[in-house]
Amino acid sequence: MAHTSSAHVSLRGVTKVFASATGGAGLQALGPVDVDLRRSEFFAVVGPSGCGKSTLLELIAGLTAATTGSVEFEGRRVAGDIPDGIGVVFQEDACFPWLCVEANVAFGLRKAALAAAAKVRRVREVLDLMGLAEFARAYPAQLSGGMRQRVCIARTLVSEPRLILLDEPFGALDQQTRLLMGEEVLRLWRGTGATVFLITHALDEAAMLADRIAVMSARPGRIIDLIETHWPRERDSHIVERSEFGAVTARLWKSLREESLKTIGRPAGQA
Amino acid sequence: MTRIGLYRALMIAAAVLLLEGLCLSGMIDRLTMPPPHRILLDLATILVSGSQNAAILKTLTNASIALALALVLGVVGAVALHGHRSAREILEPLFATYYAVPIFAFYPLLIVLMGLGDAPQIGIGFMLGVVAVIVNTLNGLDRVPRVLRKTARIQRLGMVEIALTVTLPCAAPYVLTGVKFAVAYSLIGVIGAEFIMSRGGMGYEISFAYTNFDNATMYPLILLILAVSIAINAALSRWEKVLLGRRGQ
Repeated sequence: MAHTSSAHVSLRGVTKVFASATGGAGLQALGPVDVDLRRSEFFAVVGPSGCGKSTLLELIAGLTAATTGSVEFEGRRVAGDIPDGIGVVFQEDACFPWLCVEANVAFGLRKAALAAAAKVRRVREVLDLMGLAEFARAYPAQLSGGMRQRVCIARTLVSEPRLILLDEPFGALDQQTRLLMGEEVLRLWRGTGATVFLITHALDEAAMLADRIAVMSARPGRIIDLIETHWPRERDSHIVERSEFGAVTARLWKSLREESLKTIGRPAGQA
Repeated sequence: MTRIGLYRALMIAAAVLLLEGLCLSGMIDRLTMPPPHRILLDLATILVSGSQNAAILKTLTNASIALALALVLGVVGAVALHGHRSAREILEPLFATYYAVPIFAFYPLLIVLMGLGDAPQIGIGFMLGVVAVIVNTLNGLDRVPRVLRKTARIQRLGMVEIALTVTLPCAAPYVLTGVKFAVAYSLIGVIGAEFIMSRGGMGYEISFAYTNFDNATMYPLILLILAVSIAINAALSRWEKVLLGRRGQ
């Protein structure tokens, strides 16, 4: 894997072993993983179920600590502490059901050193950006799944993170909504200039959104292929109509097929 | 009012009317129980004259203190226990069997420790209420989705901030169930303790009136306790409904 000194996020020899409940040998979920994320790039990770994709995201976010190796964000080591400048959108509905949309989004500014008026202004801007302004006083239970996920994205964006981690954020949405949400994420990525790290099961989603896509092996997850899409920065879901899009998804599937077979207990090469 | 609510109100009204009829016809003699309208009139007289104000104030103040202590210490205790698995495992059998223990048996001990003032009565009310708060708060905290805790951690909040801004608000409907129990238990505890040994309070006045065949005091005070307890629980239920309604439940 090519390592650059200007990496926004850098992982070196990262492994994660979960301790066994019975005191025996632990379960190695991940690694070793070596990869660099360039500043402002859209980086996606695909891999079979249980390969450690979400663990990888949690290591970068500082939600869990690596067993061996190092994770660095902007040159500073992430060792189980949440660094400043990171935002995460999870697959599960992470809206706070007791707060209205506006309060949910404002929650992202709890630690921000801003005056109250500036916080209100920032929240309004993000609500406008996400098309949620008219639902500001609504509660999450009154919104659709797609809109609730937009609230979570808005809560992440409001703090203006320099690194946005997306853990299968559209996993619970239907295909059409996923495509549209993907377009929105691309628009926001271009607008904010943040680095985006996307975990996804969907090969077409990764192919449409990312500048680079890492393919992970079955557990313990390692990066077995790294694909550059060479898409222009200005892009939307129409990219799926290009012939190169088919080539990217074909290569992703070629890299992933044997690993996916391993996870369902069938030997490689068997259909 | 919903149809079920209307039926419920009609059922209560029918029971009161039946009681009124039984009392007025002499099937229930007046020495045993005055008719409900008489109890209401006596209660109005007591409230207007202020003859029981000191007792009412003492009981409600002590029950409020017991409730406040049960709430604060119960919620704080539950949050602390939720983070310490082994401590919780040790204490859980105690919580499971707690209400099988006759707490009033400890009243003489509390009098020895705290004297004959209000403290032992507050102590009994607190002891009865606190475990209901702990158990229900723990139940609520167990149901907080992991993703909400992770979201709070991403915001770089400390443990106390996470509890105050995420886990406890998320568990609020369950905490509220504990509060409803604690309201009833703290009132029962304080009034029960006043019955056993006290120099004042509604429990003492009811007991005193009972031994003196003073139905004009005993029944109105019982009615007042019922009214206070039902009113508080109804208000809490209404609040619970609002909270759950916001969550689409």
